[in-house]
Formats: sequence, C-alpha cells, structure tokens
Amino acid sequence: MGMFIRVDLDPKVAAQADLAKKLAEVCPVNIFEQSADGGARVVPENEDECVLCELCVQAAPPRGVRVVKLYDEGSSLERLE
Amino acid sequence: MRFYEFEAKKLLARHRVPLPGGGTAETPADTRRLAQELGGPVVLKSQVLTGGRMKAGGVRFADSPREAEREAAAILALEIGGQMPRCLLVESKAAVRREYYAGVTYDALAKLPVIIFSDMGGIDIEEVAREHPEHVAKVHFSTLLPVSDYKAKELVRSLGVGGGELTALTTIVTRLARAFVEYDLTLAEINPLGQLEDGSFVALDCHIDMEDEARERHAAVLEKLGISKDEPRQARPPTDFELRGAQVDAVDHRGVAGRVVEFDGDLGLVIGAGGGSLTIFDAIRKHGGRPANYCEIGGNPSVRKAAELTKLILSKPGVDKIAVLMNVVSNTRVDIVARGVVKGVVESGFDPAEKIAIFRIPGAWEEEGFKILRKYGVEYCDRGVSMSEAARRAVEKTKASV
Amino acid sequence: MSILVDGSTTFIIQGITGREAVNMTRECLDYGSKVVGGVTPGRGGRDVYGVPVYDTVREITSQMHVDGAVLAVPPAFVRDAALEALDNGIKLLVIVTERIPRGEVAQVLEYARLQGARVIGPNCLGIISPGKSKMGGIGGPAEDTRKAYRPGPVGVMSRSGGMTTEISNALTAAGLGESTAISIGGDAIIGSTYAELMPLFEADPETKAIVIYSEPGGPMEAQLAEYVQRNGSRLPVVAFMAGRFMDAMPGMRFGHAGTIVEGRQDTAAEKIRRLTEAGISVAEEISDIPKLVKERLGEVA
Repeated sequence: MGMFIRVDLDPKVAAQADLAKKLAEVCPVNIFEQSADGGARVVPENEDECVLCELCVQAAPPRGVRVVKLYDEGSSLERLE
Repeated sequence: MRFYEFEAKKLLARHRVPLPGGGTAETPADTRRLAQELGGPVVLKSQVLTGGRMKAGGVRFADSPREAEREAAAILALEIGGQMPRCLLVESKAAVRREYYAGVTYDALAKLPVIIFSDMGGIDIEEVAREHPEHVAKVHFSTLLPVSDYKAKELVRSLGVGGGELTALTTIVTRLARAFVEYDLTLAEINPLGQLEDGSFVALDCHIDMEDEARERHAAVLEKLGISKDEPRQARPPTDFELRGAQVDAVDHRGVAGRVVEFDGDLGLVIGAGGGSLTIFDAIRKHGGRPANYCEIGGNPSVRKAAELTKLILSKPGVDKIAVLMNVVSNTRVDIVARGVVKGVVESGFDPAEKIAIFRIPGAWEEEGFKILRKYGVEYCDRGVSMSEAARRAVEKTKASV
Repeated sequence: MSILVDGSTTFIIQGITGREAVNMTRECLDYGSKVVGGVTPGRGGRDVYGVPVYDTVREITSQMHVDGAVLAVPPAFVRDAALEALDNGIKLLVIVTERIPRGEVAQVLEYARLQGARVIGPNCLGIISPGKSKMGGIGGPAEDTRKAYRPGPVGVMSRSGGMTTEISNALTAAGLGESTAISIGGDAIIGSTYAELMPLFEADPETKAIVIYSEPGGPMEAQLAEYVQRNGSRLPVVAFMAGRFMDAMPGMRFGHAGTIVEGRQDTAAEKIRRLTEAGISVAEEISDIPKLVKERLGEVA
C-alpha cells in the first residue's frame, strides 16, 4: 500500500494470465506485474505513482480493480458494471 | 560546456591550427621534466575554467627547468576564482611580434554564426570593439553550405592585412570556423593569435565552449580529451549537494527534478523549471528570504523523483522549511508534485504541516492536489494568490520560526 | 482579430504519437483547434483522438492546404521534420522540442527564411488566440486554458512557456484578456524575437498593448527597445524582467538554455535600463502588470 494510493485487485482477476498481461501493459507507471505463475501482482512501491488514468479499471472486468485514494477519505475509482 | 585551455588546444590541433610546443604537467617534477624536453624559456599556465588567470598570478614564465619546477609549485597551490588548477599547461615561450584576435560565435539576432577578427589581440575583444571599432571586423556565414575560405579572406583583408600574412591568417581563421561548426561549439576564440619573429603564426591562448546539448553526439572526441560523460562544467565546479541533485534527476526518465544550485540560506525551494523558477527566486530575495538552493522541477516528474528532491533539500544543514512554488502549470500535475513533496517530508521524519511553509502551484489537477494538502494540513493557495505574495508568506513563516 | 493563428488555421502535428504529443493533440482539439493530421514514420493509418496519422507530410499536403505544423519530435529528428514541413509548403512552424544544438536551429531558420516561412520556438509551448485556436501545449487542458486566457486587447510574448500562462492569467483576472499570446521560446537562438513579431501586432487592430516576459541573456530585449524607439510604435509595452538575482553570477545558466549572463549587455539591470529608456514600462511584480497596462491604455485613449 502506498501513502496516497492503494490498488485492490480481485483475487479471481489476479489469477488470470491474460488479464495479468493486459494490466501490466496498460498501466503507464508499472503498478501491475505478471508474476512467475502467470498471475497479476500489485507492485507496492509504484502505487503512489498512479496517475488516475483508470486504464486498469477499464481493462479489468467490473469490480476487478479498485483504485483507492487514501488522501480523500477512501474514495475510489472502480467499475461496478 | 567550457573546455580547459589544454583541451581546447587539442581540439584545435585536430583541425591543424598551429600551436606552441608543449604539454600538461600535474606536479612540479613533471613540469621540470617537460621544461627540460622543450628546452629554452617556458610559460606555465594554470588550468582553471575562468578568465583573469594572468592577473591572479596563474600564468608565469621560467628560463630554466629548475625555475619552472619552483614556479609550478606556486601555481599548483594557487586557487583562482574558487578553483584549484586541474593541471598546468607548459609551453615553449616564443618572442611575439604581433598579436591578433580571431573568434567565432552565434549572432542571436542574425541567427547565423559570425567570425570576428581584430589586429589588436591580447586584450578583451569587447573592449577593443568599444575603444577601437576600426580594428574589429565581422562576417556572418551560412550554416547550409560548407565554410568557404573567401569569407575569412575578405574579413582579414578588410583590416588591411595582405601578402603572406593574409594567406596564413585566412587558413587559420577558416579552420577555426570549421572546428566551430563540426563540434557544435558556441564560442571558439583564439586570443592572442600571435605572429612570431620568424613570421609564422601560433594560437597562444584559446577559449572554447561546446553546446551542452551536443555533448552526446561528440562523445568519442570528448572521451579522447579525457572529459567524462557526466562531468558537469558550469562556470564553477559543482558542489556535492549539486552532484546529488543530478543523481536525483537521473532516478528515472520522467520529467525533471533536480538540477539544483546550492546557496547558503535557510529556506529550501522546490520550484518549477524555466521562467517560473527565476521569478520565484527573485521574489524570495525581494522579501528578505535566504534561499538554500535553486532547483528546477517540471515536465511532470514521477512522485519518487519529487520526493527524493525534497529529501535532498531537507538534508542540507541549516534548512528550516521548504516552499513549494510554481507558476500556473499546464503540463506538470499539481497532485503528483503534492504527493512527492509530502512523501519526501514524511520520509525525512518531519511533519508536512510544519516543514512546508507554503504550497502554491495552481493549474492541472489542482483539485486533486489540494485534497492531499488539506489532508496533511499544509498551507496552500490557488491562482488568486500571486507568486510574489506566496513567496512573501513563505519568508515570513521561516523568519517567525527562527 | 489576432495574429498568426485564428479559428480557420489548419495545422498538423509532427511526432503526434509521442506521449506528450498525444496529450497536446487532445488539448488542442478540445480547445477547438483544427488539427488536420499527424505524422509519425511507420505509424501511418492509425489515428490519435480521431486525427489521422500519416508516414509523410506530403500525404497530407497533397490532399489539402495546411497552414502550420507543430514539431514535437525528439531533438535528433527536429531538423529533418522541419525541412520536410518547409519543403511541403508549410509556412508556420512551431517547434516545441528543447535541447536542439543551436547549429541545427540556425540551419532550420536559415532554410525557413529562404522559403518565406515563419518559425516560433524552439523550446516553446506555442501560440494561442483565445477563443479561436491554440497551436501547441500552451495553457494545458482546454478547461485550464479557458481559465487563464480570454479574448482581449493585449498581445503577450514570453521567453517562458509557463510564464506566458501566469501573465495571461493575471491579465484575464483583471478583465483585460489577450489578442494572441506567444511562447517565443527559451533558447539562445529562436525563430521569432519580440521585435520581429511587433509588426504583426501593430497591424492587428484588436491589439492595443503588449506585455513581454524577459530574462537575462541575449540581445533580444535591446533589439525590442531599439525597435520601439525607431518605429514610434503605436502600442504601449509593459515588460516583466525575471532572474534579477543572476546579475551577480556570470557564466551560470539558470532556467532556460538562453538564460546566462555572458556580457555586460545581457544582465537584468542593463536590460531594464534599455527598456525603460525606450519608454517601456518595467513591472516590479506580475500583479502590477494589469495596472500598468490599464494606465498605458488610458494614456493612448
């Protein structure tokens, strides 16, 4: 978790190799990486670099990725459907 | 980037500009050996990146190797303009009959390179131009065509030089102009260009500046001259603090944060690049503040980079508070800078509300940035408060806390 | 009216697929600019926010008339991109890129003169005629641009891109507004100096006053002072001089590549003296600028 941003990744989404690859590709600041088992992993030291572009939120299925603004009473960017 | 004289001469030698015999020495013993090899009287010149060497006692003459050794010890221990010499340039001293001046630079109004020539060398060319304008001639040349000899010939001839001297000077001036173009120089100056008793010409002293932006493309030549890639060359050598600033800037390729210049005040500055930083620096001084540093941040740097810069500034002894000030930004994001600065303060073990005197960056993503500042209790202002007024508040706070 | 760009100006963006250029494209389109095409070699056939991307400039100029080009390519490719635009008949180049060696800048400018084309920059944010069009990243996102810039009587020229917006913002907040604001570039050699742009403002009936932002280094302020004196310009000029602290630090470069004190002529103090002597008002503070402009406009009326 960063100081300003926390990225929540649904475990079901994280387990899918194709989605993991997509998330790693779309994020301009490398918050996601594909681990050795093919799943997605959040890179904690990059979370604060988030530019709020929502590309990850759009790339994942609804409720798959949630970007939480820790400085704004936990308001978040996510796709509900 | 300014060259030491010995480097500049090596560069000109590549273009077959005639030079006095000589070499560099790092110790008095080296100097003695060199003087022995050269034979006869020698001149010893301190290698520093500044003018006024002669006046400061950085240029001395010696008739024997033993005298050269003694004088070398004195020059090597002599600080000039805050700089210790890199080494000594030891050259044969020859009797000079006449001194000329030849220089090439850019004319920002004509937007072309210009060659300047004078038959009154050895003194500051600006002074000659003021006092004896009839002894200075100039000619522009095209950047789209190869440098033509006739340009230099007309220039030299216009001061009344003829015969063999005209031919010899034309060749040297043309070669200087070609070196200027080939190495992306911004100044190439031979002063004095001496005519010896035997009638031949040599470049006795020279000053060469290369465009910083062109260093990379001339890396091979610079390496041959012994100039490393990351050696910054401003008017004075960088301090440790400044070198650490350059390292911060190299953290990643996103934006700029770093390029600091050290001052000895108590108010740390995190300020935007370009004109905004100049305006803010003036404002801080006008309101009686004492800046600890100048810096540049812009082009949308990463949070990490802004945080590291903040930490660097806070680590400087005597820095009590920092002010974060920029003009209305359009490319750099307010929220990203806010995150970086707050993070840097917290990671340094301080309270942002306490350490950040004021945060004045209006513009792109300001709403999001202000939310962060509110959360950490940092005083901030929007575009309704001028840069100067924000600077005044920062100075006031710093003074109040001392 | 305005100068250089208006609502009908069409332009292309060279290097349109670069990270910063993509943003700039969107910002220009949102502001209402007519971006008719983009060029990135090897990327032809794509589009950026609906703007078609081509491999060559010619593919665009062969279909339609193009007024201008914004060059947002890396430093090593600027000369080539400029020659390509000029050879295809484009008469207004805005070079955004910084860190181009001045030998190459001089080549581009010399060739542009031969072609009868105008160059703004390098190392600039471009041109804006508020409410009509902007050519370049000046002002940032359209929403922010509208906050800082409004149509009005003041022509703005600045060696700093950021300060173009800061100053315009102050003018706008004071109810003045701008006819055209130009970020002329921070390099030692630039395509259009203050004095070279003055005749265009003189000819624009909507422009009633000029504000410039200036810095130590170079002869451009002295050139403007001379222009104003010699031509008896109808336009009152107000100047702001930043970097006064640099006078005591010859040879040190701050801010822009062109901002370095090399001789007596290019210190802030000497420039202020020259400008004042020419009847140009020099503002102590950015916040004094609107007041000075109003005073000077009052004199004219």
